[in-house]
Amino acid sequence: MNSNIFVIIGAAAVFYGTPLFFAALGELITERSGVLNLGVEGMMLIGGVTASWTSQHVHTTSWLAVLISILVGCASAGLVSLLHAFLCVTLRVNQTVAGLAITIFAGGLGLSSYFSSVWNVAAHPATHPINTLNVFGLAKMPILGPIIFHQTILTYFSWFMAVAASVYLFRTRIGLQLRAVGESPQTADAMGINVVKYRYIHTVIGGLLAGMGGVCYSLAIIPNWVDGMTKGAGWIAIALVIFGFWRPDLTLAGAYLFGALASLSATLKARNVHVNPDILNALPFFMTIVVLVVLSGGWARKRLGAPAALGVPYEREER
Amino acid sequence: MKAPFRLERRLSQPKSLNWMVPLLSVVGALIIGAIVLMLTGKNPLSTYHRIISVAFSSRDGISSSINSATPLAFTGLCAAITFRTGIINIGGEGQFFMGAVGAAWAALALDGQPRTFVIIAMILMAMLFGGIYAAIAGVLKARFNTNEIITTLMLNYMAGIFLDYLIFDSKSYWRDPKSAGFPTGKMLNTKNFWPQLKILGFTLPLGFVLAIITAGVLWFMYSRTRFGYEMGVISDSPKAARYSGIRIRTKIIVVMAIAGAIAGFGGASDVGDFRHVLDAKGLQLAGYGYTGIVVAALARYNPISAIFVAVVIGGLTNAGYALQGPNFPSGLVGTLQGLILFTAVAGEVLTRYRIRMRNNQAEVAA
Repeated sequence: MNSNIFVIIGAAAVFYGTPLFFAALGELITERSGVLNLGVEGMMLIGGVTASWTSQHVHTTSWLAVLISILVGCASAGLVSLLHAFLCVTLRVNQTVAGLAITIFAGGLGLSSYFSSVWNVAAHPATHPINTLNVFGLAKMPILGPIIFHQTILTYFSWFMAVAASVYLFRTRIGLQLRAVGESPQTADAMGINVVKYRYIHTVIGGLLAGMGGVCYSLAIIPNWVDGMTKGAGWIAIALVIFGFWRPDLTLAGAYLFGALASLSATLKARNVHVNPDILNALPFFMTIVVLVVLSGGWARKRLGAPAALGVPYEREER
Repeated sequence: MKAPFRLERRLSQPKSLNWMVPLLSVVGALIIGAIVLMLTGKNPLSTYHRIISVAFSSRDGISSSINSATPLAFTGLCAAITFRTGIINIGGEGQFFMGAVGAAWAALALDGQPRTFVIIAMILMAMLFGGIYAAIAGVLKARFNTNEIITTLMLNYMAGIFLDYLIFDSKSYWRDPKSAGFPTGKMLNTKNFWPQLKILGFTLPLGFVLAIITAGVLWFMYSRTRFGYEMGVISDSPKAARYSGIRIRTKIIVVMAIAGAIAGFGGASDVGDFRHVLDAKGLQLAGYGYTGIVVAALARYNPISAIFVAVVIGGLTNAGYALQGPNFPSGLVGTLQGLILFTAVAGEVLTRYRIRMRNNQAEVAA
């Protein structure tokens, strides 16, 4: 039963959807503070390449090496996002162009590829890849086994993060204040909330999570670095935030839908189903456009949860 | 914690900022790049020295820098004219690909016709392909208010996959049936290669000359015609534009189509001037569209400046190709280009604000 094609696609949807979810969740939290960061793709690649390098150079027990690699990957992407925060919050530049600058600077032709060639990362696989687990020995259980109990530690962590982020955003005082900053920084400021601090912190949280998404690629999906290996996942993640109405739970569902689309090519090939690979490869990008068109129509726009001050710099002097 | 400086809005913009900002951006990017180089154990001075000596110190060097600048001039113009009207078209990459597809088709199909005729057909076909491809995103934005940043990006990836399909995964008209092993596109007849022009001892590709003419036309269009004026109103104040009866939706589609046609023109030059084949892998590795955004931002979205900036950035690209090796890691050029975009964006702050150091006594007095 577990060799049923739908079970395999289900398991792959979760596996390939996990990095999309991490990146999208990070972007969601950043956007909730009113900062738009289009640099997700670049941050993911920086996280991926530094984690891959760390995995090759840390000599310790496997689980500790994996942990250190993940932390390094997240931290370096976090540093890149700090740059974005400085440009957007302190210098108040155009956030769209600043985000593009992040992706061009850090992306597949930029710093991530520079690191990979300086440190020779692509020559060897990651020494400590992140493998799928057999949780409670239930991996062989029919249907749910492969989908739920046979994933990597990153997937289980992403579920924790989905719950944690929902609670944080909608059930805590800080989350409420964060949303206030994203909706109306003037009002938030008047309430005594430090808008600059909130925007900095949540932009960096977004960077850390984008880095985690990159780590999923370079240590779990293909544990051997290739320049530009995320192949547009960062951009799909940005669209997923819109798809998920700026809510973690819906974003998780969207990530799995797009994870399934992204995995179709590999899955069908393994099953000897002959479909032109390019049609399958183009599917996630095509579907992203379709979803955006549907969601930007009149009826959906009213229900969207887009923060009102998204992309608008806050100038206290001009209050 | 307070930042040591404060930003004050400028009431007027001094003219000198037009060249000061780009210059400071490049210098700033080189300084930050030097730090990156030092941190990774490379010598920044010798690296920069080699870039300049390869790219700008000899006639041949400058000629090949201009070669590298040609596609960037087109994609730079493509980005510049949309960005300055407030439309963020990142689709130059895909529109360039589609232009190359159209141009290669025209050149292969019209083989045997007079060269001038073939060249004109290639350009028109490329502009048509690029223009229509860009208009897709334009229509979606105008009709459904769909975010053009994401749609143009998705269309870039889809155009890349389309190239893969034409050359690697199908028996298309563009693919050379004789290419065994690694599939390639059909070569153009050498008679249809675009001519080179010799000016003052420099060898210029035809495409570069055409890019300069295009820039001139765009400059005229934006500064001397009703169309350009209306585009300015839309970008400065969409509300004012709507109340004065300007058709915003139509304008968005038209601007996108023009931008796509220009990027497509670049694709024609890529096929006619340089590769002489539809090179699926090479085009996707080059990233012309994204570098074009750097060009446009550094030129502050002015079409004439974009040509000069393209030569500077082209020089960097050219040096990157020439020097690539153990002492000149790949990715360095892309990193520097990204840094230039950063500093150009940060430099925009200088045009809008004055930077004042915080003076504690003054704060107390106030």
